[in-house]
Amino acid sequence: MMDIPYTVEVRRDTGLTNGKIGIWLFLASEVMLFGALFASYILIRVGAESWPHGYTILNIPLATFNTIVLISSSVTMVMAWASLMRNRFGAFRMYMGGTVLLGLVFLIVKYFEYSHKFHDGLFPSTNNFLAIYFTLTGLHMLHVLGGMVVNAWFWGPGAKLWKTNPVWFTNRVENSGLFWHFVDLVWIFLFPTLYLL
Amino acid sequence: MSDPAAVAVPKAHVAHGAHHEELGFWRKYVFSTDHKVIGIQYAITGLLFLLFGFSLMMLMRWQLAYPGSPLPLLGALLGDARAPGGTMLPDFYNELGAMHGTIMVFLGVVPLAVGGFGNFVLPLQIGAQDMAFPRLNMASYWFFFLGGVTMLGSFLVPGGAAQSGWTSYSPLANIAGTGQTWWLIGMIFLITSSLLGAVNFITTTIQLRARGLTFYRLPFFVWAQFVTAFLLLLAFPPLEAAGIMQLMDRLAGTSFFLPSGLVVSGQVLQVAGGGNPLLWQHLFWFLAHPEVYVLILPAMGIVAEIIANNTRKPLWGYRPMVYSLIFLGFMSFIVWAHHMFMTGMGTAMSTFFQTTTMIISIPSVIILTALILSLWGGSIRFNTPMLFALGFLPMFGIGGLTGLPLGLNVSDIPLHDTYYVIGHFHYVVAPGTIFALFAGIYYWFPKATGRMMNETLGKIHFFGSLVCMNVIFMPMFIVGLAGVSRRLFDGGASYDFAQPILQWNVVSSWGAWILAIFQIPFIFNFFWSIRKGTPVGQNPWDATTLEWAAPSPPPHGNFAVAPEAHRGPYEYSVPGAAKDFTPQYEA
Amino acid sequence: MASEHASMTSDHAADIDRHVRVYIIVFVALMVLTIITVAVSYLHLPVAGAVTVALLVATIKGALVAGYFMHLVSEKKLIYAVLVLTVVFFVVLLALPTFTHSNGFWIDE
Repeated sequence: MMDIPYTVEVRRDTGLTNGKIGIWLFLASEVMLFGALFASYILIRVGAESWPHGYTILNIPLATFNTIVLISSSVTMVMAWASLMRNRFGAFRMYMGGTVLLGLVFLIVKYFEYSHKFHDGLFPSTNNFLAIYFTLTGLHMLHVLGGMVVNAWFWGPGAKLWKTNPVWFTNRVENSGLFWHFVDLVWIFLFPTLYLL
Repeated sequence: MSDPAAVAVPKAHVAHGAHHEELGFWRKYVFSTDHKVIGIQYAITGLLFLLFGFSLMMLMRWQLAYPGSPLPLLGALLGDARAPGGTMLPDFYNELGAMHGTIMVFLGVVPLAVGGFGNFVLPLQIGAQDMAFPRLNMASYWFFFLGGVTMLGSFLVPGGAAQSGWTSYSPLANIAGTGQTWWLIGMIFLITSSLLGAVNFITTTIQLRARGLTFYRLPFFVWAQFVTAFLLLLAFPPLEAAGIMQLMDRLAGTSFFLPSGLVVSGQVLQVAGGGNPLLWQHLFWFLAHPEVYVLILPAMGIVAEIIANNTRKPLWGYRPMVYSLIFLGFMSFIVWAHHMFMTGMGTAMSTFFQTTTMIISIPSVIILTALILSLWGGSIRFNTPMLFALGFLPMFGIGGLTGLPLGLNVSDIPLHDTYYVIGHFHYVVAPGTIFALFAGIYYWFPKATGRMMNETLGKIHFFGSLVCMNVIFMPMFIVGLAGVSRRLFDGGASYDFAQPILQWNVVSSWGAWILAIFQIPFIFNFFWSIRKGTPVGQNPWDATTLEWAAPSPPPHGNFAVAPEAHRGPYEYSVPGAAKDFTPQYEA
Repeated sequence: MASEHASMTSDHAADIDRHVRVYIIVFVALMVLTIITVAVSYLHLPVAGAVTVALLVATIKGALVAGYFMHLVSEKKLIYAVLVLTVVFFVVLLALPTFTHSNGFWIDE
């Protein structure tokens, strides 16, 4: 692998590394992806004869719990990166592990949410509210899963890089954190839109 | 022809910092992270898909010229499900039509223009060793490949490939056969490929420019790829979302795009309903309009490079051209509903979209005008790349001008979904973009292979293609103005009003078949020249941009010593200079 | 490499401490705002009011996450530029399809 410049150190005129730019560009595309689904939600709801309130169908306490879980995982994520910046690898391990675990809790809660719906005969095909609910939360869930896989890799086998190139490792954890915070950000809008309105 | 002032680089020398392990065959030529290998992979795959997509059209043109008559020779091979007794069934015609469009746009032109030319040329033109994310680059090619395999595989599923137009409108696409599901999955792979590529191109252009290469010293080609990457990055995701929703409709029984009470074959569809087919159209066109600029911008970039080089003059109006590119890119996001004037929108919104559409023609015209004015006073060399670049200019002009009545909501009414539209967009893409892509191949072939393509064969390819393309597409304006709709499997033969113009369908078809013959010199030339073309050094065209400082072909890492840009990209015929060109990289 | 990193972090140690304090404050704020938004939902306000409050709270929460966890308050101009461009197109995507095809003001009835 050749040494591509500005992988680890920043370029003077932009003040940025390649990875930082790359992840923000990717997040911009994700804004448009989720934006399209929100736009669809708006068009369908505005055009619908009737639209159920989220709280009549969905489990608010469970989702509130999940919101707290995800926000907490964002805190542990940023603390994981801060630990690396403070040269505390042990603390990084703890916080990153916490992030992955909280992500897992989120997914488990979603599993219970979904299976409860199916058990009650509520499927994406039942009506458009449920269709957009399952699609939006489902896509979000896939992103949580993806983020978890990456974070788990950095917690586990990927952590080797800390010994050989700690700055690069710290940057990569930061960039992975940006993705994770974005996933949290989407949920912050998803939760009230689907559940509370 | 090589520049004596350039750094002499022995071929085997690898750039500083690279780990010099000898890679096996698979890592070197198949799963390579080298942008040049990836660029060639994209280019060859793209060219093969262009040929395949063209072949689908050649089949269609038989049915359009001689509706109902059996296809000679090939008819027997198509089987009874598609062409009983060799006569094409309407569903098969639709399959060919939908896949022709899909393959040409998403598997042919964009992979060649962006994946091929962008990957190969961009890092070289900015003096970089490779892209910012070489492994991501490799991944993006393989996602494209997967998408291509999925699209091709869809021909083999029961019911055949997608048949609902490249536009896959709901509700037709919702109730179509399995091929449509494969189309959607294929699109998701292709969109992923483009997104990863876009991230790479933008980051690379910002971060890996050589010393002294400020943004306003960038070749216009790089600017064009840079803006294109933003279009891909931000416009594709809504189509991905739409694709997911159409998959949900098809596989999970949702009704995102299905209205209530839809009747199919006499039966009311048993779905929840409440959906909106227009939602699909909005999301589709939100991508598909910027997509057409993805098709043209790299082409303009290529033409600009070749014109500057072969007029031995700087480009006229470099800055206005760059500002126009940026403005065009921005505007392309707010014109999309001019594809939807006939969907029942109110006058306020249709006026809005008509206005933005008229405005967007301005930067287009500025760029075309600047390219034309760049010819004035030039010492023009009429080599093959220049011929194609020159041909591009009036062809794109015709394409652009014929778009104007489509962009105005009232004049669009009689023209929407007629052959006029097909004529318009083919002029822009076929003798427009594809000519530019041919130009680029002839121009950069020596950089990639160290050999020139044959000029005589190139000129035959050019003149033959120029004449044939006009023979194919010019009559379509006549046919469209007469009122013949597009996507009719008999080209209008069953309509009384169309009878007087039906002979033009025959003309177009023969144009297409003869066009195919004129591609043979190109295909032969391409492969023959790899081995037998005239060997050349690093700068056979006496060009000024940074890619010509590298050996032909460049080794892994491109430059032995990182080049530095000392001036702008088009310092040709500088008064008082010894040569008629002063390269950017010369101290 | 390790010594380079050590010197970097000793310069930044005080910085990071300050950052960590901010993260905790933001975390608390996010929890409070979450409780608020859920509590308000139980009031079952009319649609316009409910949407306004929910979006307002969500925007504040989102701004906190983006600003502090994602370090946007101290990011470089280039990143801001990309995000501003994205937000413009995001708003266009959100608004225009509905304007184009909803009945009432934008469509002649």
